Amino acid sequence: MSATASELAAALRAGTVTSAELCEQALAAAEGASDLGIFITLDPAGARAAAAQADAEIAAGQDRGPLHGIPIALKDNLCTEGLRTTCASRLLRDWIAPYDATVVQRLRDAGAVAIGKTNMDEFAMGSSNENSAFGPVRNPRDPSRVPGGSSGGSAAAVAAGIVPLALGSDTGGSVRQPAALCGVVGLKPSWGRVSRYGLVAFGSSLDQVGPIANDVAGAAALLQAIAGPDPLDSTCSGEPAGDYSAGLGGDAPLRVGLPREYVDELSTEARAALDAGLAALGDIEVVDVSLPHTSFAIATYYVLASAEASTNLSRFDGVRYGARIEPGGEGLDGMYTATRSDGFGAEVQRRILLGTFALSSGYYDAYYGKAQTAREAIRGDFVAAFADVDVLVGLTAPTTAFPLGSKTADPVQMYLSDIFTIPASLAGLPAISVPVGTDGDGLPWGLHLIGPELAEARVLSAAARVERGLA
Amino acid sequence: MTAWETVIGLEVHAQLKTATKLFCGCPTTFGATANHQTCPLCLGMPGTLPVLNRRAVELAALLGLAVEGTVHVRSVFDRKNYFYPDLPKGYQITQMDHPIVTGGGLWVETEERGRRFIRLTRIHMEEDAGMSAHGGAGTTRVDLNRSGTPLCEIVSEPDVRSAAEAMAYLKALRSVLRYTGTSDGNMEEGSFRCDANISLRPVGAEEFGTRVEIKNLNSFRFVGQAIDHEVRRQGAILESGGTVEQQTRRFDSKAGVTVFMRGKEDAHDYRYFPEPDLLPLELDEAWLAQLAGSLPELADSRARRFASDWGLSAVDAAILVADRELAEWFEAAVEAAGPEAAKALSNWTLGEVLRQLKEDGLDPAAIPLAPGRLGQLAALVAAGDISSSIAKKVFAEMWCNDGDPAEIIEAKGWKQISDTSAIDAEIAKVLAANPKQVEQYRGGKTQLKGFFVGQVMRATRGQANPKLAAERLVHALVDLDNDEV
Repeated sequence: MSATASELAAALRAGTVTSAELCEQALAAAEGASDLGIFITLDPAGARAAAAQADAEIAAGQDRGPLHGIPIALKDNLCTEGLRTTCASRLLRDWIAPYDATVVQRLRDAGAVAIGKTNMDEFAMGSSNENSAFGPVRNPRDPSRVPGGSSGGSAAAVAAGIVPLALGSDTGGSVRQPAALCGVVGLKPSWGRVSRYGLVAFGSSLDQVGPIANDVAGAAALLQAIAGPDPLDSTCSGEPAGDYSAGLGGDAPLRVGLPREYVDELSTEARAALDAGLAALGDIEVVDVSLPHTSFAIATYYVLASAEASTNLSRFDGVRYGARIEPGGEGLDGMYTATRSDGFGAEVQRRILLGTFALSSGYYDAYYGKAQTAREAIRGDFVAAFADVDVLVGLTAPTTAFPLGSKTADPVQMYLSDIFTIPASLAGLPAISVPVGTDGDGLPWGLHLIGPELAEARVLSAAARVERGLA
Repeated sequence: MTAWETVIGLEVHAQLKTATKLFCGCPTTFGATANHQTCPLCLGMPGTLPVLNRRAVELAALLGLAVEGTVHVRSVFDRKNYFYPDLPKGYQITQMDHPIVTGGGLWVETEERGRRFIRLTRIHMEEDAGMSAHGGAGTTRVDLNRSGTPLCEIVSEPDVRSAAEAMAYLKALRSVLRYTGTSDGNMEEGSFRCDANISLRPVGAEEFGTRVEIKNLNSFRFVGQAIDHEVRRQGAILESGGTVEQQTRRFDSKAGVTVFMRGKEDAHDYRYFPEPDLLPLELDEAWLAQLAGSLPELADSRARRFASDWGLSAVDAAILVADRELAEWFEAAVEAAGPEAAKALSNWTLGEVLRQLKEDGLDPAAIPLAPGRLGQLAALVAAGDISSSIAKKVFAEMWCNDGDPAEIIEAKGWKQISDTSAIDAEIAKVLAANPKQVEQYRGGKTQLKGFFVGQVMRATRGQANPKLAAERLVHALVDLDNDEV
């Protein structure tokens, strides 16, 4: 399904296709692409019921908006009532939430047809989608390569043409980086723009649910459906959602900041992709800016996100839900140790240990405390930069999709794939990845556009200019 | 031999009196079937997020104002991390570095030490954990009904110096909690729990000794016993030249001793850090001012006023103010009757009113009598319209249906007989009917006067004015002697 969500919405209303047909195509495509490891759980029964309902409603003249009857995929860390939510972890392989995440509920209300739950790095920790208890996801553009992560399944589902839209979650780049590596559009909203209720937490102060789509308009429509205040998430902004589709055609002059720190180390090929993106933006003034604390971003992120993760994941103790392993004779501590050692993969355990250490008495000030200070400095860099420019531009990732297994032995090399996405996460800002050509192997680059807080409409509009400029 | 001074700091966990839990909508009602007052949030399910209960914040702020602490317009929630089966998230949401209240204190009075101000360090909000029941064969059952119940922790400075003062402090604190409606302060249901930090130091020393914490004292009596025992235990160690180790102990109420739980080396590292799922709590100054205006007058100030304005004894005043509803009812009664009646009304309240409440199993809030009625009754006694024994009968009649005492006396024909000739006639009848006792009286057994008065009262069904009856009786007996001569 290479058609965009808006093309499908028009076809549904014209009666040239039914939601049931779209649903069957998506399910068949998912089955056909099973070698890519994109889905953890498909939900044919639920999808068919939703599609049938959408068809009946559309036939009766009821219109739930641009997602009505459109197939969609959900990252498997978004709770779905009655359908298992595994977070790609052995520990939750059979866990079924008794509630829908707010974003899932809003998609149901918008008439979208969820076909299944996508593969991911376990608990959203990873940049290659190789940390999954259900096996890796392969990049549809080149199955020998990773799709990026952690929302690798969602990005791949869109890139493989299975669905036009998917939801991912982004803590340090987990929507944008896989979107870039798979050649699709991925948006991380401002922290607080979209409810986190029902998103299984990784780093709570960073996590956001974000749309992945095969065009910018699709990402805008999907954000429109999920954004806005939620009484179940008190960290959610009280600002009502903006109109994300209205400004997509705009081409007013833009002041574009090009942060030195994002450009200096780019390879020639990467720099060419960035220049192509700048050219595609059209009527712009490029301003040289500096974000001087960028070099602290990765260390800051891995301290803070891991610290939060270490306690967010404490609830997976085998007591109330999830897999429990009782070695026998070793009491409560034995049960905790066995359950968590067996249930969590290596990367998750590494981050729990790292985060626990960073919060430990005697080390807190040196790690967590210092990281909070650095985070404020990074936030301050952006505030200063946005006093002078409309958007900041760079590449989403320093490289295109890399071969499976090429970075698994070196976690730090892996962490560097998020070097351009992490700063905006720490600052809580909206940022989007939009495809900007391919490298010599035909692998996509993503252009990364960052806006000030709650300026989702602005980054979407800028991304749409790139999309048009390259068309 | 060194003289030792006892130094005590108290930490109280009081359940805030809200209808629902601190971060979800589950009810806080006591005694429900295990795990029936739970939802995905208080079960710690993935993806759930806490939403702060506004009423709990209001109650914590009100308590802070009542103890004259500083209520901070900005406070922060933190996570306290530890693994335990009755802690569903693996962390407790509490307030560490930026609590909602700091400072303030309570006046406390004991016989041995008089009236002293015990300073408070802080008051913060936090959620309760669930409960674990350890059964046979190494099994543990967990009830999460309490999980997420709103608590405030009230921490005192180490200003308390004895077990008696500790108990007085806890009673004063509970009174403030109840007056402000912030907590039931009910120890049996676990809505008021106390930890005591105890150390000894040589009298006159500036530096504190090594402290021992005694956990989870759940009655005033146990607090006193535990402190007494712990003071003796530490005293014995120090007297023998030893050093007290920093420990956490619990109180074995059957044996009356404190028992070792864990040493300093086993202390948890709770890895506190700011709770990212809740934004810092920001209070509106105007809202706080409004809240301050809603504070009731507290027991301590009220008791002092009762004593100084109305001449009541400190003991009586203390009983009258122990319960806010009783104090308010009593005050309304005095207002209706005038301050000169205060002493009589205090006697009525401490006597008949409390007795009737106890008999009927009622709380003071449910007193069926309008406060003005008590003054009406006392005025009738003062005017000599009824005797105090008749007054008790009238009170019993009034109690059931808030009756007018004058109407009851009228309807029942209980008005006191103060007519001399009528009383003289009754006396004559009594003396005529008891010639033997008259003989004995005249023989010098003058204590029989009481018997004759009693007979007159009985004959008039209590309605004779007893003072008048006694006077007239003396006359009659003297007349009898004169007749003989």
